[in-house]
Order: sequence, then structure tokens, then C-alpha cells
Amino acid sequence: MLLVVEQFLNGLQFGLLLFLLAAGLTLVFGIMDLVNLAHGSLYMMGAYFAATFAAWTGSFLLGALLALGATLILGIVLEMSALRHLYGRDHLDHVLATFGLILFFNEAVRLIWGPAGLALPLPAWLTVPVPILPGIHYPAYRLAIIVVALLVALLLYLGVMRTRIGMLIRAGASNREMIGALGINIKLLYTLVFGLGAALAGLAGLMQAPILTVQIGMGENILILAFVIIVIGGIGSIRGAFLAAIFVGMIDTLGRAFLPNLLRQVLSGAAASTAAPALSSMLIYLLMAIVLVVRPEGLFPANRR
Amino acid sequence: MKNLTVSKAVTALMLAGLVLLPLYSQASGNVFILTLFTRIVILALAAASLNLIMGFGGMMSFGHAAYLGIGGYAVGMLAQEGVGSGFIQFPVALAASALYALVIGALSLRTRGVYFIMITLAFAQMAYYVASGLARYGGDDGLTVYKRSDFSGLINLGNRTQFYYLCLACLFGVLFLIWRIVNSRFGLVVQGLRSNEQRMQAIGFPAKRYQLVCFVISGTMCGLAGALLANNTDFVSPAVMYWTRSGDLMVMVILGGMGTLFGPVVGAVVFLLLEEFLSQITEYWALIMGPLLLLIVLFGRGGIMGLLGRFNRG
Repeated sequence: MLLVVEQFLNGLQFGLLLFLLAAGLTLVFGIMDLVNLAHGSLYMMGAYFAATFAAWTGSFLLGALLALGATLILGIVLEMSALRHLYGRDHLDHVLATFGLILFFNEAVRLIWGPAGLALPLPAWLTVPVPILPGIHYPAYRLAIIVVALLVALLLYLGVMRTRIGMLIRAGASNREMIGALGINIKLLYTLVFGLGAALAGLAGLMQAPILTVQIGMGENILILAFVIIVIGGIGSIRGAFLAAIFVGMIDTLGRAFLPNLLRQVLSGAAASTAAPALSSMLIYLLMAIVLVVRPEGLFPANRR
Repeated sequence: MKNLTVSKAVTALMLAGLVLLPLYSQASGNVFILTLFTRIVILALAAASLNLIMGFGGMMSFGHAAYLGIGGYAVGMLAQEGVGSGFIQFPVALAASALYALVIGALSLRTRGVYFIMITLAFAQMAYYVASGLARYGGDDGLTVYKRSDFSGLINLGNRTQFYYLCLACLFGVLFLIWRIVNSRFGLVVQGLRSNEQRMQAIGFPAKRYQLVCFVISGTMCGLAGALLANNTDFVSPAVMYWTRSGDLMVMVILGGMGTLFGPVVGAVVFLLLEEFLSQITEYWALIMGPLLLLIVLFGRGGIMGLLGRFNRG
């Protein structure tokens, strides 16, 4: 029982983290029609910035805040210097150009921070277990991730659906020429959206940093998970990204936790322990395959055209 | 000589260079260059196979490295289990790649555009994780192939020069096959689908079936490259199908010129030589390579073949 609740929360936490990453990706794709592979690099930079700033300032929270600002600025600089020129180009061009950016970022990190990973230690008040149900404790930090991510998701929803900027963003997604013609500074809007996406990726990276080590290439594997989420949820749909992210987070976590035991009941011990790791890492891809067969356009496609 | 264009001359020079390379290597005693070019030829074969679906078929596969791994693992696993004959290893490698391509293609071709890019990427990553989980065959650390494929006296893969010529022959064979495919009725249909799928369907061609067959042919060709690669390095590991490798293959195709027969070969030669050259200058070669890619995308339309083509008109 304890294990089930704990793994369930772990799955939720991982799913929400994935959502932060996928939201930025799907926003940038939905609005600028840009495929950004380097989104994972922004996630990595968020983690590196947080580890560095936290070490400088001696405060985890201050470090996290500074890192968030830094990834926002990095995203804006990146958009203005390179990615802006890719709008309206072929998707293949996006893939190649941002693939080049990944190489650049990985190598730049190796040059600045060295090939060894960094650690981002948590302050004492975040490491205590918190009672959530009678007799069940859960680490405060993971709980904090869930709360922060849910809060950000809510803010994002309100921001996109209820504010003037959000209205412009939605308008830009459905007809960019028209809102340009109406006198809206579309360039600035795009830069802002990209910065927002970068900040979301950075937030995901810096929150994940204390749980895993901060290392080169950390953004790549999780980026592919974010792709899977977008495909399942429907490209350009934030609501779809949210639901699919939680779904994928749950399946991945619960699969890794319980599949080996389940398999052991069906297969012999040796066969089960060989098949389990491979099978549990395949689970979400199988899920994606099933979704593709049933609904090729994703579960919650954005209403486009 | 009206038909002798710059791009044709460059291609012919390069192909002649590839054929004569072992002679140079023997004369100068430079063994390294032969090993380097064996790798280049194998990856050129992989890039050419990707070009068949990407350049001619318009299917942007970002998971082509998976076939390198599948072909390689077929050789490695059979060798580990005591089946050393190349007459078994190579057909199994090709069949396994074809089967994987059939399943992945049937699923991925339900989508198009960006979805297709992401899905082929995700499935290749799945293959990567499955290989990492194969504890019996080395898992993360990979699998050493202690004995190269044995073709019972017909050809000795242990001999550097013979192995190089085998790879080169495979490359030329595949290029010839691609040339025949592209100019066949089948190839014209596939290219028609790239330009306008709706129209082709309206004429009455079953679009997905044509694309799937093309996808499987390309995957099988790349599986051959994988089987050769495992023999070349005497080693196969999940890293062979890591997604950056798929990206490298894509870059080779674009750099050389997508949708041209010899473009991917030119691209592979230039890309890998550049990588080799930059990594000798600095450990941080990717710091230069990355922005270089960005610049190529931003300013170099049509790749090297396109650039050479422009010489002619100018």
C-alpha cells in the first residue's frame, strides 16, 4: 500500500515535470511552427545554472530564481540570434539547425563546467519526509515539485485563456498574418513565447536537478519523452500535453516499479529479470504506437483550421 | 563534352579516389587512412539508404541509426551464439532490419510531417533502450564480436583491403539499386507522392503501400551497413543507435545534397573528414561543428551538390 501510494505520487511528479517541458515545446510549435530539438538543452542549462547560482549564493531558492531568469534570457538571446531566421522554413531545416545547437550546448557545457556532473544539494527543510496520509510519509521536495508544477500549469492556463497577451498568443497561433496586419508586434510576441518556453524548460531542469545529477546530455532523453507526449496529446494542444504528460509519467514510473514483479509471476525468474528492464522501458513507446493506430492525430488535437 | 558538369566531375574524381585508396594506403604505409575510409564508406552506405526515403520519398526519418544497430546486433548476437558464417549472419541482419522497418513504417506512416520525424525518433530510442536492457548481450557496455563474419574462403573480412573493397562494392551495389529504383515506375510513384500525395491518391495509387515498401527497402539497405559496421569495429553497442547518430546521417544527406544519387556519399566523406580534422585541432570540435550546421542550414540550400550545380550555370 505504502509503495503503491509512493510510486503513484512519483509518477505524478515525473508527469508534471514532463508537462513543463512538453508545454514549452508544444507552445513554440503551435505558435511559431518551429520544431526545437534544443529544448532539451535549455532544460540542461536550467539545471547547470541552478547548481552554479545555488553554490554562489548559498541559497537553493535564490539560486533557482536566478537560474530561471538566466534561462529566460538565454532563450530570448537564442531566439533573436538564431532561431528567428528559421521561422517559415522547412521542418527539416529546424531539426538540423537545432541539432547543431545541441552539439554546441553540450560542448559549451563541457568546456565551462567540465565533463563530470554537478550536484545540487537540497536545503535541510526540503529533505524531511512529510506525512500525507496517516502513516504514509513522502519527501517534502517531491511534494514541492508537484505543488509548483501544478501552480505553473494553472498560471499557464489562466495566462493563455484569460489575459490579453494570452489572447494575442492564441490569435497568433490561428492566423499570424492577420494579427500582424492588426498592428500587433508579432516579432516581439514570438520572442516572448520562446522565452516563456525556455523558462518552463529551465524550471523543469532545475527542479529535477537535486533528484538526478546535473550532467551533459541530461536533456536529450527527457526531450524524446516530451516528443512522445506531444504526439500522444496532439501537437499544439496544452491541455493534451498536460493529460498525456501525467499519463506517460504514471505509466513509466509504475511500469518500472511493478512490471518486474508482475512478470515474475508469469515467467520464470531468470527470463523475467532479463525481459523486465527492456519491456518497462518500451512501455510508453508501445502506448504511443497504440495511440497512433487508434488516433493518428493524437488524443486531444488542437483545433487548427 | 557538353554533359560534363562540375558536379559530375567532382563525383567521378571522388569515386575514383575511393577505388584507388587502398593502393595509396599500401604505397605510403598509412594504415589509418584505410580504416578511416572503411568507416566513411559504410556510413555513406547508410546515408545513401536514408536519402532514398528522405530525398526521393519525402519521408523524414529521424531514426535511421536503429537499423545500424539491428544489423550490427544480428551479427554480434549470432557470433556470440556460435554462428560465425556470414552466409547466415548477413541475411539474418537484412531480414531483421526489414522486419523492424515494416512494423515501424506501418505505424509511423499513419502520420506525416513533424509527427513522422518525432515518431521515428522515438521508436529508434526504444530500440536503443531495448539493446541497453539485453543483459545477455552486454547491455549498456555493448558486445564484442570476437570473430568477423566468415565467408568460407570466398572473401576474408580480416584482411583490411579485402574488407574495404567489400564495403565499397556494397556501397556501389546499393547506389546502383537506388538509381534503378528511382528511375523505375515504382520510384516515380514514390517521388510523385513526395510532391503531391493527395493528387497521387486521387489518380488511384495506394500511397501508404508504396511508401511502406520504399521505407522497408531503405531500412534493409541500412541494416547491411550495420552488419558491415559491426565487422569493422569488431564491436556493437547501443551507442550505435543513439539518436545523435541518426542526426549525423541526416546531416550527411543534407550536406551532400538531398535527393541526388551521389550527394549522400559526398556528404558522408565531407562530414566525417571534417569531424576527423576538427577533432585533431581541438577536443571541443563540436563547438565548431554545431554552429557550422546552423550556418549550412541557414545559407547552404541544396547541399554541396546544389552548390556545384550552381557553378555550372554561373
